[in-house]
Amino acid sequence: MKHVKWLPPTLYILFLLLPIYWLVTMSFKTTNEILGGFSLWPQEFTLRNYVTIFTDRSWYVGYLNSITYVTINTLISVTVALPAAYAFSRYRFLGDKHLFFWLLTNRMAPPAVFALPFFQLYSAVGLFDTPIAVALAHALFNVPLAVWILEGFMSGVPKELDETAFVDGYSFWRFFIKIFLPTIAAGIGVAMFFCFMFSWVELLLAKTLTSVDAKPIAAIMTKTASTSGYELGLLAAAGTLTIIPGAFVIWFVRNNIAKGFALGRV
Amino acid sequence: MSNKTINNRAWWLVTPVVLLVAFNALIPLMTVVNYSVQETFGDNVFFWEGVRWFEEVLHSERFHASLLRQLSFTGIILLIEIPLGVAIALTMPKKGVWVSVCLVLMALPLLIPWNVVGAMWNIFALPEIGLLGKMINGLGIDYNFTRQPLAAWFTTILMDVWHWTSLVTLLAYAGLCSIPEAYYQAARIDGASRWAVFRFIQLPKMKRVLTIAILLRFMDSFMIYTEPFVLTGGGPGNSTTFLSIDLVKIALGQFDLGPAAAMSLIYFLIILVLSWIFYTLMMRNEEQ
Repeated sequence: MKHVKWLPPTLYILFLLLPIYWLVTMSFKTTNEILGGFSLWPQEFTLRNYVTIFTDRSWYVGYLNSITYVTINTLISVTVALPAAYAFSRYRFLGDKHLFFWLLTNRMAPPAVFALPFFQLYSAVGLFDTPIAVALAHALFNVPLAVWILEGFMSGVPKELDETAFVDGYSFWRFFIKIFLPTIAAGIGVAMFFCFMFSWVELLLAKTLTSVDAKPIAAIMTKTASTSGYELGLLAAAGTLTIIPGAFVIWFVRNNIAKGFALGRV
Repeated sequence: MSNKTINNRAWWLVTPVVLLVAFNALIPLMTVVNYSVQETFGDNVFFWEGVRWFEEVLHSERFHASLLRQLSFTGIILLIEIPLGVAIALTMPKKGVWVSVCLVLMALPLLIPWNVVGAMWNIFALPEIGLLGKMINGLGIDYNFTRQPLAAWFTTILMDVWHWTSLVTLLAYAGLCSIPEAYYQAARIDGASRWAVFRFIQLPKMKRVLTIAILLRFMDSFMIYTEPFVLTGGGPGNSTTFLSIDLVKIALGQFDLGPAAAMSLIYFLIILVLSWIFYTLMMRNEEQ
């Protein structure tokens, strides 16, 4: 039994990597080769697909747009979630449990339900086709999640820490910023990671709320797939590039990732 | 839960969150409610329709079919992903360099934009040029997910298992890591079987995180839109048209705002009720 223990995780990881391998391979093939036949690796290795993406403004600007709204969203979500999570983890107040569940219900709202009303709302306030619109819209599901994760991490910090600080004459905000935030730094990192993740992967709202100026890379991909014929190699290269920021961010939180996925509640 | 101070001034701390979420949730929700009780022929002219759209949606065969597909899909992926995720977590290394490597590689699918996931599986499963499609056809099985409903379902489910099982694994792994070594030593002294260790030590410790896993997987699979839309476009026919895909077709494709809004509210309500049940169970666990 002992000697086959590494087998299931290994097989599972191979299964995870197989479609990714296929995507990466395709990105180095020419369109002719992809449509011409089946080959396990590129026969005529080409970087042309990547060159197109990095030199054509209509392509690379999509990455910049995506990164812009994801960053704004992460900052907004975590900033507003921090004090709220503290309130939920330390105090009981009128309607606290109902409020917490109401916040969670927004994590349960299908983006398909909100697509059209969001379009109208953000057009009405003049934010349509700006990164801020997408960042705010993604706050709908990221803020509740950030509150949930941070509350989990904060509840793991003993209350004595707060009490000692207040006895020592710290004001609330000075304690919160100078002592409390460094204590739960890992939790903040994890919350930011999750906000990044869900904002980066979501497309329906991001696509609905943008038309030209703030279009995310993922939406540019779908458009290319339908208009300029079937440029699979280009599509694969663009897809491969969307994996890189995620992989980069995971590396930073790798030590806290398991606890983070448990929303700090282990 | 019990040692919290009662302090209503805590409301000041939650105010920013409430304002931000209210702006995003209440105004659009009111828009949906507004549409759901009216009929429009364009030009912002509306007529009161009462509950007509709700009755229409609740009695429509199309809605029943989408709902049934949605429930089957969510049921199947939960039945596969939860046990599979736990099984993999149980066999993962506990310490050493391989832990980080495993965790990072496993988390990778979770950070790929959903339409890229769909596009990736599309080119992976295409019968002529895809690795998976070629492999299955090579085994002598006639497989073409763009034409056969069964193959489309198989591919969609495999894609979801690929995409989300890691979430369950990571959660279960976090639960397992919180078990002190002393528990295992005690079990060894008692001569407990592998099954007994799982049933009486590991499973109870994972209960809390597994509830979160089921809650998240239930909610997200019930809302699934982008991945199957890119992979199959809801087809062949309507065979993989899940609730969100159907809703977007009605709302933005046919622009039937009334029925779409009524369907939205019913849809949201189903998720809400089921999630509330999970949530209540979870909170009860946590208070124990």
